[in-house]
Amino acid sequence: MKRHLLSAADLDRDDALLVLDTAAELAQITDRAVKKLPTLRGRTVVNLFFEDSTRTRISFEAAAKRLSADVINFSAKGSSVSKGESLKDTALTLEAMGADAVVIRHSSSGAPHRLAHSGWIQGSVVNAGDGTHEHPTQSLLDAFTMRRHLAGGKGDLEGRRVTIVGDVLHSRVARSNVLLLATLGAEVTLVAPPTLLPVGVETWPCATSYDLDAHLKHTDAVMMLRVQRERMNAAFFPSEREYSRRYGLDARRMAQLPDHAIVMHPGPMNRGMEIAAEVADAPRSVIVEQVANGVSVRMAVLYLLLGGANLGDGTEA
Amino acid sequence: MSAARTPDDTRTVLDGAEITRALTRVAHEIVERAKGADDLVLLGIPTRGVFLARRIAERIRAIEDRDVPVGSLDITMYRDDLRRAPARALLPTEIPPGGIDDKVVVLVDDVLYSGRTIRAALDALNDIGRPRAVQLAVLVDRGHRELPIRADYVGKNIPTSKSEKVHVLVTEHDGADAVAISGHANEEDQ
Repeated sequence: MKRHLLSAADLDRDDALLVLDTAAELAQITDRAVKKLPTLRGRTVVNLFFEDSTRTRISFEAAAKRLSADVINFSAKGSSVSKGESLKDTALTLEAMGADAVVIRHSSSGAPHRLAHSGWIQGSVVNAGDGTHEHPTQSLLDAFTMRRHLAGGKGDLEGRRVTIVGDVLHSRVARSNVLLLATLGAEVTLVAPPTLLPVGVETWPCATSYDLDAHLKHTDAVMMLRVQRERMNAAFFPSEREYSRRYGLDARRMAQLPDHAIVMHPGPMNRGMEIAAEVADAPRSVIVEQVANGVSVRMAVLYLLLGGANLGDGTEA
Repeated sequence: MSAARTPDDTRTVLDGAEITRALTRVAHEIVERAKGADDLVLLGIPTRGVFLARRIAERIRAIEDRDVPVGSLDITMYRDDLRRAPARALLPTEIPPGGIDDKVVVLVDDVLYSGRTIRAALDALNDIGRPRAVQLAVLVDRGHRELPIRADYVGKNIPTSKSEKVHVLVTEHDGADAVAISGHANEEDQ
């Protein structure tokens, strides 16, 4: 493992499997009377959130606390950031407080990379979502969930077919998932209207398509992406109704999936838009399980980055 | 027994038959101490302790004609030397379905040395439940304790020097059964 987790591309196949196997062991403590391990006692994890988030921040907080780390939550609202403090000055403040790891979410792509490589802080940096760039722990929890349902909870995802549908252009989840799933041997197809596929998508290790119905029969896992209206300042599709008709997952489309296929969504969902309510609540929907798995996967990441010797430099362990 | 040692040789101190006899004796001692109690649980410490625990359970089945629950207990997250090496991969923890509350838990490990592994195992047990009693069975006790911990059942006491290494091989994992010592015996350490 590298010292930071900034991109799903930082993980080679062995690293990715180490995270997933570690997460599988850590998932057991959810069933125990004492849901806590002493491993990160005395270490400080800062959740540095410049952008609103519910599940990711709570998930990282729960993960750090279950490993006995001290957690400091920092959100831009109500902090000195709203008075105009720069990322650098915020980072220097955290360094002065002795943060061993900084979990950062930022609306600007590349902010975690800047934080990790500018020499402002000594600790590990974990990217919890930056702009439209990456969200590596989300892709890890998605891979963990797929492995549990499609691969018996062991090994990689060789040959499994994953279809990712919707607003790929604004989705950091899609980019991280494509990178990680390719590393794990899965065959990924992105399905979206042409306006919602990013420039350069042909260089990604995946296939693309504009036709959802053509792919459903050959899909082991379908992942619906949220239509990110807050990042849309242009017309990407004629109307919500038309988008929903062509790219939304409703009961009729779900019926075309093979029996073993699962339905995923990174949340938060727009019910009725990219996913119908009856699909979101169907037995084959694993959306709630994704949230539970997120805590185990983030525990694994924090343990692997912080649990061992502090290496001090930027090289691999 | 140190007379024939030369620097860096590897000597076999227990062969397969001796290991089998030692484990059979340990199984008899566990049964005797338990006085027919039916609340025994064997927990092996990965990697080799798990295989030894399974073998002891087989012997107890042969002696008493009843099944003893066997599980494994990984102590990685409870180690006191985690920060001295890169983060370690976790090993499986499998607690038998009946749990450990109010049971007599027998921890099983291959070698008892500093006692730090067992200290970690006791901490781990504490987070899983509250056993009625905890006992310790080891195949080899090599001495040099650094904590006030002792074994209840010992396959063989093997006096060693701290500069020596004790290697335990089990068929399930290593293809053969043996206990060997390698390295130079430092007289004043013994």
